[in-house]
Amino acid sequence: MKHKVATTINGRRHEDEVEPRLLLVHYIRDVAGLTGTHVGCDTSQCGACTILVDGKAVKSCTMFAVQAEGKSLTTIEGMAKDGELHPLQQAFWDEHGLQCGFCTPGMIMAAAYLLAENPRPTDDEIRKGLEGNLCRCTGYVNIIKSVRSAAKTMGGSAARAGEKSAAGRS
Amino acid sequence: MAITTMIGAKIHRREDPRLVSGEGHYVDDFTRPGTVSLAVVRSPFAHARIKSIDITAASKAPGVVAIYTHKDFAKVLSGIMPVTPSFVAEKKHNPPRFPIAEKEVVYQSEPVAVVLAETNYQAADAGSLIDVDYEQLPAVMDLEKALEPKSPHVHDGAADNLGWDLTYIPDDVAVMKEADVVVKQRILQQRLAPTSMETRGVLAEYARGDGTMTVWMSSQSPHFARLFLAGAMGLPETRVRVISPDVGGGFGSKISPYSEDWLVPAAAKLSGRPVKWIETRTESLQTTTHGRGMIFDLEAGAKKDGTLVFLKVTQYMDIGGYMGTFSAFQANSCLLAGGAYNWKHIAARTIGVLTNRVPTDPYRGAGRPEATHLCERMIDLLAGELKMDPAEIRRKNFITDFPHTSHFGLVYDSGAYEKALDRALEMAGYEKLRREQEEGRKHGRYLGIGLSSWIEICGFGPSAGTAPATGGIALVESAQVRVFPTGSVAVYVGTHSHGQGHDTTFPQIVADTLGVPYDMIEMRHGDTAEGPAFGYGTYGSRSLAVGGMAVHKASKKVVAKATKLAAHIFEAAEEDIVFDHGHFYVKGSPDKRKALGEIAFASFGMNLPEGMEQSLEAVAYYDPSNFVFPFGTHIAIVEVDAETGDVDLKRYIAVDDCGNIINPMIVDGQVHGGVAQGIAQALYEEVVYDEESGQMRTGTLTDYLVPTANEFPMFELDHTVTPTPTNELGVKGIGEAGTIAASAAVINAICDALAPLGIKHVDMPASPDRIWKQMQNARGTSRDGHDGKEARK
Repeated sequence: MKHKVATTINGRRHEDEVEPRLLLVHYIRDVAGLTGTHVGCDTSQCGACTILVDGKAVKSCTMFAVQAEGKSLTTIEGMAKDGELHPLQQAFWDEHGLQCGFCTPGMIMAAAYLLAENPRPTDDEIRKGLEGNLCRCTGYVNIIKSVRSAAKTMGGSAARAGEKSAAGRS
Repeated sequence: MAITTMIGAKIHRREDPRLVSGEGHYVDDFTRPGTVSLAVVRSPFAHARIKSIDITAASKAPGVVAIYTHKDFAKVLSGIMPVTPSFVAEKKHNPPRFPIAEKEVVYQSEPVAVVLAETNYQAADAGSLIDVDYEQLPAVMDLEKALEPKSPHVHDGAADNLGWDLTYIPDDVAVMKEADVVVKQRILQQRLAPTSMETRGVLAEYARGDGTMTVWMSSQSPHFARLFLAGAMGLPETRVRVISPDVGGGFGSKISPYSEDWLVPAAAKLSGRPVKWIETRTESLQTTTHGRGMIFDLEAGAKKDGTLVFLKVTQYMDIGGYMGTFSAFQANSCLLAGGAYNWKHIAARTIGVLTNRVPTDPYRGAGRPEATHLCERMIDLLAGELKMDPAEIRRKNFITDFPHTSHFGLVYDSGAYEKALDRALEMAGYEKLRREQEEGRKHGRYLGIGLSSWIEICGFGPSAGTAPATGGIALVESAQVRVFPTGSVAVYVGTHSHGQGHDTTFPQIVADTLGVPYDMIEMRHGDTAEGPAFGYGTYGSRSLAVGGMAVHKASKKVVAKATKLAAHIFEAAEEDIVFDHGHFYVKGSPDKRKALGEIAFASFGMNLPEGMEQSLEAVAYYDPSNFVFPFGTHIAIVEVDAETGDVDLKRYIAVDDCGNIINPMIVDGQVHGGVAQGIAQALYEEVVYDEESGQMRTGTLTDYLVPTANEFPMFELDHTVTPTPTNELGVKGIGEAGTIAASAAVINAICDALAPLGIKHVDMPASPDRIWKQMQNARGTSRDGHDGKEARK
């Protein structure tokens, strides 16, 4: 009663036989052995398991592994290239955009999709774009700064300040 | 101290490159060959008698390895889960707690059985086939009704539901009569779920050959976990190793031992297989200890000129079904209730009440957010009554002389409360805001400005104060510094970093003390097999003021030994040796100098002073002489929607003083997160139980509202710096400050906004629903000519 599933994860082909009920996040963690993708809830609220599926941000607890058949997946482990951190990873480091680090992989993947869709987001667009990802440590202040900073590095011009940040100096 | 270069610098965190790359290692990222998954079968009822447990069907389910209930665990676990005497000496009733229920369950989701299976899916499947026959008993949910003589009991057959009742200071009626104005208020502190993004989890492996138990656990205090587990399993501590690797947040909820911390290792011993249990989010919301859960009855009085006279506090604390290990610690709400002010008299009584809910225990701030909230609310109520500006009544009554001995005998180390207030007012543009508020009111806009001049106690703590509170173990801290032959340095600490950035900040201290390049210093924590015999963990904003000082002390011991050796090598007197930026030389000959690394190499050789042993390494235990008392002023600016009651948090200003700062970037990050959790309590979060059945209604993140990025403005931060004289680094603590300050600032702002309606107090969470109802009531009564004076005496 196992089903074959073939995917490409971070550019590498994976073929496995899995139970049809196996969630994609458990496939990534327990079968493919990529533990950077985390599980923080059981109702698809927290976003810690966010990955890219064919370039689109998906909470990998909302898909079965078999639904990923033929798809190209990117996890946090696939973000750095040739030993260089992705600009988002670098920005999270530079701007102190993480503390315990548990939400960070999902946050970075959601931000990657956000910037792909909208290279020059305002602060409020960043907030909106990350509303599916919970962080308990940072109050999101430095996460917003990180995404703003990465957008700048990645070529979008400086993010316009949203109305809420206009008064803030930090 | 030498001229510093690293202390105070914004050093980017060295733990981050792996964490942003998905190379962190949290408990669930570990596995051992042959690991089985454990699922816990939990009570669906808040209170019930267990009549029978039928495991027949579950035993036959695919993949099942074993099923264990109380009778199995009783073979390998002895003793009850620990409860510290803590600050409440007069315990009335502390019901014993075994990690799994035998005959009675006293809160929803108390463990009843466990299933071990080859996969976590199979364990969950089989768990649902276990048939437990319960006889439901009445659930005790209301704190006041629980104390009535006719109330049903949380524990069947118990005498009453009273956990403790302690009067710290009784009423001084003569002083209370001196007040010209008196305000009374009941303030609720709703239950909160700490909700670290990583839930709890345990992986345990028992080696039968040599009888050693290795446990990977998401914990803030691995040494305490080892101490308790070794005791429960009858193993010497030397054969129990607890590893707390990367931990995805704790916020106080990963200090105390939990049922699963013992059940998983016990199951590993019983089954002979490594066993892993990872808490689901629903389990986390239902079983990980909650914070707050209190009712305060308050009375405060002042003179006509605004001079504070008295504050009377009665705290009712919802203990839950069993007393949490550090539950009584939260009675410190009483001890800190006076806040930053001179009161002529403070009366305080704490009453702990058992209920059929999950136990409460420390959650970020643990008693101090409640203290700030009640104090700052009462100050605003007095200001309203006296028609004084909230800033002025604070300024008039601040404690200004330090050290200051409080009514409860606590000695406030240092402070400059007015300075922080002034800076916050300046950043807010207070006068302008008041004018805008006045103008807005003319147009039906409800703008509010809320102040919170907070103080706290942290840096737990001096042995004299903490050993009696824990039942014997002083909450000092340990560190070991080892210098290797070629000059690399390893530091082992007993604190645990789960987001606080110790891997970065502690080496900053060592770099300055030893004069060794920062990159040559390795920091290790979270493994009881390494470093000193005992470590005390991270909680109560203690890591820097106690742990950082232990690191500093161990480093200084290394320097002292190296100085002796340098004197021997230079054939000079020890007092003539100069130690400067990591180099030793004889006074007057700085050109002939030797680096610490060279001395380290020599320390492993044969040319040592008589009696000196090889190596440069030192263990230090640091016992602080006092607690430390950080402080600050936060200001929240809100607008309440006149139609819907929705609160728009427009700005948030935080001026904090935690003494000297090691790494400003990390300090600001701690404030951000702390403030966010305080705002979350003020506006969004609440654990809700059905008051009849005791069923939790907020068992998922759909129902329990952890805020998203949409809910916060960018916080505006600054600091004043008032070093503590308590320790050589002049440092206090900042981990809980934001949470301690924020709820009061936000609620004061909301009450300030709604003052024109005669609304004096709003409880938390200040949801649109709650505010809308109060606005409706206020508008209704206003039309009847009622001026809302019912709260006044």
